[in-house]
Amino acid sequence: MKKPVNNKAWFLVLPVFLLVAFNALIPLMTVVNYSVQETFGDNVFTWAGVQWFQDVLRSDNFWNALQRQLLFTFIVLAIEIPLGLGIALTMPKQGFWVSVCLVLMSLPLLIPWNVVGAMWNIMALPDIGLLGKAINGLGINYNYTRQPVSAWFTLVLMDVWHWTSLVALLCYAGLVSIPDAYYQAAKVDGARRWAVFRYIQLPKLRHVLTIAVLLRFMDSFMIYTEPQVMTGGGPGSATTFLSIDLVKKGIGQFDLGPAAAMSIIYFLIILALSWLFYTLMMRHQET
Amino acid sequence: MARITLDHIRHSYFPFPKTDEHYALKQVNLEWRDGGAYALLGPSGCGKTTLLNLISGLLVPTEGRLLFDGKDVTRATPEERNIAQVFQFPVIYDTMTVYDNLAFPLRNRGVAEAEVDQRVQEIAAMLDLSKTLRNRASGLTADGKQKISLGRGLVRADVNVIMFDEPLTVIDPHLKWQLRSKLKELHQHTRRTMIYVTHDQTEALTFADTVVVMNHGVVVQTGTPIELFERPRHTFVGHFIGSPGMNLLPAEVKGGTVTFAGETVAVENGAAASSARGKLEIGIRPEFISFGKTGLAADITKVSDTGRFRIVEAVSHGQRVKLLVPEGIAIPAGRAHLAFDAARTRLYEDGWLAGERPGDAP
Repeated sequence: MKKPVNNKAWFLVLPVFLLVAFNALIPLMTVVNYSVQETFGDNVFTWAGVQWFQDVLRSDNFWNALQRQLLFTFIVLAIEIPLGLGIALTMPKQGFWVSVCLVLMSLPLLIPWNVVGAMWNIMALPDIGLLGKAINGLGINYNYTRQPVSAWFTLVLMDVWHWTSLVALLCYAGLVSIPDAYYQAAKVDGARRWAVFRYIQLPKLRHVLTIAVLLRFMDSFMIYTEPQVMTGGGPGSATTFLSIDLVKKGIGQFDLGPAAAMSIIYFLIILALSWLFYTLMMRHQET
Repeated sequence: MARITLDHIRHSYFPFPKTDEHYALKQVNLEWRDGGAYALLGPSGCGKTTLLNLISGLLVPTEGRLLFDGKDVTRATPEERNIAQVFQFPVIYDTMTVYDNLAFPLRNRGVAEAEVDQRVQEIAAMLDLSKTLRNRASGLTADGKQKISLGRGLVRADVNVIMFDEPLTVIDPHLKWQLRSKLKELHQHTRRTMIYVTHDQTEALTFADTVVVMNHGVVVQTGTPIELFERPRHTFVGHFIGSPGMNLLPAEVKGGTVTFAGETVAVENGAAASSARGKLEIGIRPEFISFGKTGLAADITKVSDTGRFRIVEAVSHGQRVKLLVPEGIAIPAGRAHLAFDAARTRLYEDGWLAGERPGDAP
């Protein structure tokens, strides 16, 4: 049987095509364009092949930044996901305190990212900042502008403060959508608290947790603003993550070719890891 | 197993109930026999599920006491009460296999694996789940899932009572019959107390030995299916049970006799007529009216054939009366006389059978 063909439909999809083209395809292709050519300004381009990709992959800077990035993302996920889930589990289900909790939890998410960086920057100053002074007052030598460990500690703490709410709110939304009958059945079946979590809450939160992990993975892997404001990638290059390294290359040194190549590699890493996470967390769905 | 007593149970979902309207259950006194098959019948929102959750311990009543074998369990947890409950929508543990789902209530109570296996196999065989025992429960159809829920309710041998909260809502009609007779069979086999909540009269009347009819948070009648049919204690029962429902005609009492539109009507509970007050009605089921030479004059307006019966609609003094006429009996054309079976014609006051209004002396 022949299907009716209506070419007018293309006309209706056109606006979306234009939108996607301008906000994704054209910028991405421009980056691809830069990544395989040498440019000296005045729109003069010469072909460079895979030269820039080789340069990036052979540079120690890139591998070091990637290692730091992976470590940072791993620590942040390892803290924020369980902590967010734990907070969601202890939040009240109804009554006055629900709104109080929700508003308090949303506050960190509403603060502009550079303001978050500036806030923590000031708060963690060892001589006048509340946090910095307090830690030093405990007899611990803490100075995030001089010691890599202090800088990392502050950045992780800041990210946990900033983003755990998101995980908690997502999990909370998932938890309240579990029908009461499940809890009632569990009570009748004599299930203990742990069994309720393991066999009802966790399975029902699978999708929500997948989304939370993906969001937090992508965001933390692309983190730029807060460490840039807070430490500027220092001390030395101790907190120079991929994005900071990239900006130094592209904007600082104006190495557009290598920066474009690095952008593409960076993008592919995020895409691959996101796919991996998604597949791993969803693999039980079909069986 | 246990005898269950509900002693002046009242329940409200309001923290500080003031008027009767705030109570989901206004006042319930019931005695459930050990080993009985009960149905709790009533329209949506009448308090059936509330009553069930009070018995299972998911709710604590605002007032009153609940006794299992004379022992006060009003504040005991569901686990302490040792009951089983099957919910309206299937509840399954997604990540477990069918087998583990069925074994869950037993394993939670530390039953030995050998016994778990024996019970699970037995229940699975009863519910035709044996072939799918090793499958993941989340892959099953809605009725497969509900069978698991039923199975989890039935798997423990020592429960005091098994409660079913409209368990067949999600089941296909042809399987409904099958599962219902299966439950009935299970009851006869195990003799465990079962309480079956439903708003479907067919389900209630086929499953239960005793049916408890509820409306607006009050138990309006408790009795066998025959009693509910033949002697409704409340016009609600007459209307809710039977198809078509009971006829109700406005009545007056003059000098001890009951009249409708000036004509005397003989009623079974005539003795209570003289003291009857409030809104008075004569109730008679369509099954108990026949055509006669004398009796109430009426005009026949409509005849519908249902196969075994014909439903005849007639109008008498502006009131519609329905009759159920068996095949083979001629239906007069136009004007007819309706004869009421006096032994099954009753007077109702404010909805209640005259002389049996709650609170009145019996």
